[in-house]
Amino acid sequence: MRYLTSRKQVDGLGAARTGTTHFWRVTVSSLALLILVPLFVFTFGRALGQGHIEVLAYYSHPFPALVAALTLAVGWLHFKDGVRVLLEDYVHGHARQIMIVLTVFISYGAAAAGLYALARIAF
Amino acid sequence: MADVNRGNRPLSPHLTIYRPQLNSITSILTRITGNALLVGALLVTWWFLAAATSPDAFATADAVITSWFGDLVMFLSLWALWYHTLAGLRHLYWHTGAGFDLKTVEMLGWGVIGGSVLLTLLTVIII
Repeated sequence: MRYLTSRKQVDGLGAARTGTTHFWRVTVSSLALLILVPLFVFTFGRALGQGHIEVLAYYSHPFPALVAALTLAVGWLHFKDGVRVLLEDYVHGHARQIMIVLTVFISYGAAAAGLYALARIAF
Repeated sequence: MADVNRGNRPLSPHLTIYRPQLNSITSILTRITGNALLVGALLVTWWFLAAATSPDAFATADAVITSWFGDLVMFLSLWALWYHTLAGLRHLYWHTGAGFDLKTVEMLGWGVIGGSVLLTLLTVIII
């Protein structure tokens, strides 16, 4: 039985050159979502179930449109950072890298799609 | 950690050996709800994109999201969203270094569970 840990191999090399960036990004986006999520739930909840014309009219107003745009953008980026931690914990090797890249693609893609849609409805 | 060479080090007992506790369950639920929100978030994003595209595209997306299956996904996502929000709030409170004594942790755990159910029902009633 040995009590030496693999820490010996990484001591003094720093925190993979990123330090607390990821932690801080998740913290700041979670604070933003704390405000955005309740606003989004109740504005989106009002629009869902209505007809196409009513939805377009509702989301051409600045407040619900801005709330939806910020919630989708910040939410998808928060999702990207969160899923990364899940993948780092449970998936290993190349599969992990591939899935992290896929998550990044899906997150930015969905955020862009949401922003484009809201911009097109507004203008 | 499984792909790290652990050498001949002693292993600590893992999940399967512990009795489930409020702490472990509320913790893993935070992760599960956060990641499961992928489904609801994709549906909502698709709904917005369809609304911006054409009446036909909107009719398709809206039919899916307001079907019984869509309703089920939206209802579960709503609970997941409130749960993840409250659990995140608990983490933000913990970031201050406070609230780690057993009594507070127990109270916060039940608060997150009860609060998420309450907020979900309230939201459904209001909307």
